[in-house]
Amino acid sequence: GTILQIVREHYLRDDIWCGSSICRKCAHQDNELILEKIPLSKNKIFPFPHYILLDTCVVLNQITVLEEDALCNVIILQTVLEEVKHRSSSVYKRLKDIIGNPNRKFYVFVNEHHKDTYVEREPGEKVNDRNDRAIRVSVAWYESHLMPNKGDRKKKDYVRVILLTDDAENKQKAENDGLLVATVGDYVRHVDNCPGLEDRLSQHNTTYELQAGGREPLFPSHLTPSQIHEGIKSGKLLQGSFLASRENFLEGQVSVEGQDKMVLVQGCVGLNRAVDGDIVAVKLLPKEEWSVPSHMVLQDEDDDSGDVLEEEDTLIKSRETQVEKLPTGHIVGIIRRKWRQYCGILQQNPIKGSVRHIFVPAEKKIPKVRIETRQADTLSNQRIVVTIDSWPRNSRYPLGHFVRALGKIGDKDTENEVLLLEHDVPHSKFSETVLSCLPKLPWIISEKDVQSRVDLRHVDICSVDPPGCTDIDDALHCMELENGNYEVGVHIADVSHFIRSGTAIDKEAALRATTVYLVDKRIDMVPELLSSNLCSLLGNEERFAFSCIWELTQEAEVVNTRFCKSIIRSRQAMTYEEAQMKIDDLTLQDNLSKSLRGLNSLAKILKKRRIENGALVLASPEIRFQVDSETLDPVEVETKKLRETNSMVEEFMLLANISVANKILEDFPECAMLRRHPKPPLSNFEPLVKAGRNLGFEINIESGKALALSLDNAVRPDNAFFNTMLRILATRCMMQAVYFASGMVQRDEFFHYGLAVPIYTHFTSPIRRYADIIVHRLLAVSIGADVTYPELLDKRKSQTLSHNLNYRNRMAQYAGRASVALHTHLFFRGKVQDEQGYVLYVRKNALQILIPKYGLEGTLYLSPHKAEKLNVTFVYNEEEQTQKCGDVSFRPFDPVTVQLSLDQSNLQHEKIIMKLVNPQV
Amino acid sequence: MAGMHLLSDQGLRLDGRRANELRQIRCKLGVFSQPDGSAYLEQGNTKVLAAVYGPHEIRGSRTKSLHDKALVNCQYSMATFSTGERKRRPRGDRKSQEMSMHLRQALQAAIRVEVYPRSQIDIFVEVLQADGGNYCACVNAATLAIMDAGIPMKEYMVACTASLGNGDVPLVDISHLEENSGGPNLTVAALPLSGQVALMEMSQRFHLDHLPKVVECALQGCRDIHQILDQAVRRHIEVSGAVGWGIRPQVKL
Repeated sequence: GTILQIVREHYLRDDIWCGSSICRKCAHQDNELILEKIPLSKNKIFPFPHYILLDTCVVLNQITVLEEDALCNVIILQTVLEEVKHRSSSVYKRLKDIIGNPNRKFYVFVNEHHKDTYVEREPGEKVNDRNDRAIRVSVAWYESHLMPNKGDRKKKDYVRVILLTDDAENKQKAENDGLLVATVGDYVRHVDNCPGLEDRLSQHNTTYELQAGGREPLFPSHLTPSQIHEGIKSGKLLQGSFLASRENFLEGQVSVEGQDKMVLVQGCVGLNRAVDGDIVAVKLLPKEEWSVPSHMVLQDEDDDSGDVLEEEDTLIKSRETQVEKLPTGHIVGIIRRKWRQYCGILQQNPIKGSVRHIFVPAEKKIPKVRIETRQADTLSNQRIVVTIDSWPRNSRYPLGHFVRALGKIGDKDTENEVLLLEHDVPHSKFSETVLSCLPKLPWIISEKDVQSRVDLRHVDICSVDPPGCTDIDDALHCMELENGNYEVGVHIADVSHFIRSGTAIDKEAALRATTVYLVDKRIDMVPELLSSNLCSLLGNEERFAFSCIWELTQEAEVVNTRFCKSIIRSRQAMTYEEAQMKIDDLTLQDNLSKSLRGLNSLAKILKKRRIENGALVLASPEIRFQVDSETLDPVEVETKKLRETNSMVEEFMLLANISVANKILEDFPECAMLRRHPKPPLSNFEPLVKAGRNLGFEINIESGKALALSLDNAVRPDNAFFNTMLRILATRCMMQAVYFASGMVQRDEFFHYGLAVPIYTHFTSPIRRYADIIVHRLLAVSIGADVTYPELLDKRKSQTLSHNLNYRNRMAQYAGRASVALHTHLFFRGKVQDEQGYVLYVRKNALQILIPKYGLEGTLYLSPHKAEKLNVTFVYNEEEQTQKCGDVSFRPFDPVTVQLSLDQSNLQHEKIIMKLVNPQV
Repeated sequence: MAGMHLLSDQGLRLDGRRANELRQIRCKLGVFSQPDGSAYLEQGNTKVLAAVYGPHEIRGSRTKSLHDKALVNCQYSMATFSTGERKRRPRGDRKSQEMSMHLRQALQAAIRVEVYPRSQIDIFVEVLQADGGNYCACVNAATLAIMDAGIPMKEYMVACTASLGNGDVPLVDISHLEENSGGPNLTVAALPLSGQVALMEMSQRFHLDHLPKVVECALQGCRDIHQILDQAVRRHIEVSGAVGWGIRPQVKL
């Protein structure tokens, strides 16, 4: 090969200061004096003023300890910072947050460019050793630098520097050099007044020993990074992200990049300590050993059974061989851990006074974690947050440490908090800097605003929204023109007028990306003043809007389109119901009612045309809770009703989005923010096609249109809900729709599968979605109403932004669903009810049941559950997807009646229990 | 992302410079005896040699001769060992030809070509080590070599690069590492005293909001380099005298 020669310059400086207020030698600027003059020592072993200097391993492993306010006056060396950045980006980000907090007094010393502290790597010296030496040199430099000159002042008040390191070798060498040095454990244990600090110590280095003593390791060891690299390069190993199964803790799948089918992994040895989300290396087994998913619902219900693995063979194997087998593999190495902080509860050690406990995470995909804490009694009825530190080979569960407590279990606020944390929803209050970006009240429309905008205050505009909606971002109007055509306008709140790019409020909104709707709470993307007042298109208030106005023929063909920034005054903010009544009541002949009727008739044509083009009508059970106004506890459940007016508003929003998408793509071919919905791979449809075939319907999945048609035709007169069930299944086969920058994706992939349109974007809800704000800005530039800024035109930045938007949207969706589930549980507290349900899937030992009334999906166990005994046995037929017992048999989509009740025996997962009522067995 | 973290939170660049600091410049005039003028210049790890022949009669076909001014002929070449990976052709490839043209454009603007009608000035520059800002180093070295040759110029022709760090901070005198990080680079060759720009080149688009400050940053770099070059020329004259102009340097033993 060729030889690459790399030469780099490295400048050493004499203008890097030590950052200490006590120092007289350095020419500091005032804002650089970060370290206190005489820091008060809270530590018993070092009862004199000192600064702390950290080794890299300390930062990497003990970041949660550092996040506690107890440790202040800390020097972070650039060597350490660089190493941390290189090793773990998440720790790096957290460290940066700490450094950014002025109360913590963390100073970054750029030792690598300081003329006295730079060390050159010696021949034969390892990089790590060189870095350790650099750290020691810096400690020594600080010591001598902060030492007062002889005879200068009193000798007492000078500051020492203590090196904290967990590396035994480094510690030894530092001691030899005569430096003050301690391990983090020793230091933290002797800090006064911080009892919780020690619990937060990571379990990284403490070697895990079992009471019983030496035992064979439970797991095979992982390959080294270089072995993995070799393996992947030569194709022997596959790289992918590990997705644990929610239903069976001994099973998971690895999604390998560029492969259609997932790789199945089973059993403790197969999973080999992978945690959901980790990037892993898998080794495929030979074809004879391939297997199929077990179709079993299996939970890790043991109490701390010690470090023994169950007889898992019986659990996974013993299976007929006719079914198609999936590629199966073993995880042989971890490429990158994706561990985060997990919420859950403490399962106390039965032995009193023990400090070792088991933590049970709320997310079922995550294994239990061993932690050490001395506050078990107070924590036992609390929701707590824990991080995983390591997973040694001889421990059945990973080791972790306690981070913080959230509040009492079962408390609604706590549960909401858990929900938001688990879904990574930023939900803190808006900071002062963000609030300072808001306009001053009273907000008045100035003469200049009127001049630069089109005045539409004379037009009869109204808005139609669900009841109780305060963030109204769209309003409509419709007028008949002299030539018989209609003028239709969609007016969207002009949020980008208030949220200017680059301001704190803009950054915050970009981070949050979307407003999150929980059942009893709304987590706003922009502060309330904007979301429910200045931007919201309230009735009879003058508001700024971004208008999209078409001329449509009677047949709803677009003649022309124009966009403008405008001022509007909505005549009335209506609910869907009110609007519907206005349309239906033909005695009303005012402008508003006429305009609604016009809109409604046009919308019907638009919808028909869209469905003819192959747009899908999908279904997912959506419900609403009637919430008690004081306790905020749910009192009643209702399924969302769909009225004509819902689809009326929807059609015009779609039309506006499509028109805007075309316009911005035309003007910004590289950096328009669009939304696409990829066609799902055919393999996704397997469950749908299978279910259809079993019941005698052929589902055609060749194209969206064919699918829509075959869904329409699949109707069974004896089962009214059958068609909806099929649509629910179809919804689950779909891919997620995603935002993207137009320059990063091939033109023919812009297609939106669900809506069957070639190009689509989001323009109509800027109050609750950040993507819409970006689209507003682009559109404003293209009509000459605003100027661009660099980030807007950078397709890579747009792409990174859209990744965040996609992630947050997904999480917001999950959080919303979790909130519904939480409220369903609250609703069922102390209730037992019989309900009509339908079989969704047939599993080997259970039925998956859907109760449409509550949008609830649950498991009905058919095989005996450990201790209890059922007097009937079901026979599972995998081929036909049925469960039989005597003359009763269950097939997918069969109606059943079940008794619902809430099982509160497991504090963490209160779950709804289903018991079969009808058909009787 | 590329081009994002060229500047640390402490305000230092990857090699330890601040945003507005040049790399170390070392230069020497009159390094060869054969040509009429020569210079060697180091800008950090970028090292170039320049040699000037002329003004002399037009060589080759007479048709190239210009009746009212001198023809400036430039040749840019890079030594095979100058880059990290060994180069195949030292000169004559597309990139070198383009560099030669740009050199000529800049130098022609500074040399008082109207003084030498129907004659030719040859300028050869060779990059010995390339570490970013090759063009700038070449222009600066060529300026010194032209001075050494005693050819009259309007002003020093000085070139400098600038880029954007962290999205909005202008960085001066871009090193190879920074050049390759994917951010936009701007090269300016200017007459620093009068502020006239002879050549400006951008590797990518800058947003209009950023362009003025990046240009100003590069021009400030040019003024700083001018100071350094001017000192070097004065020192050279003091030490060696104007060799070949009939004045002998005073030799002290």
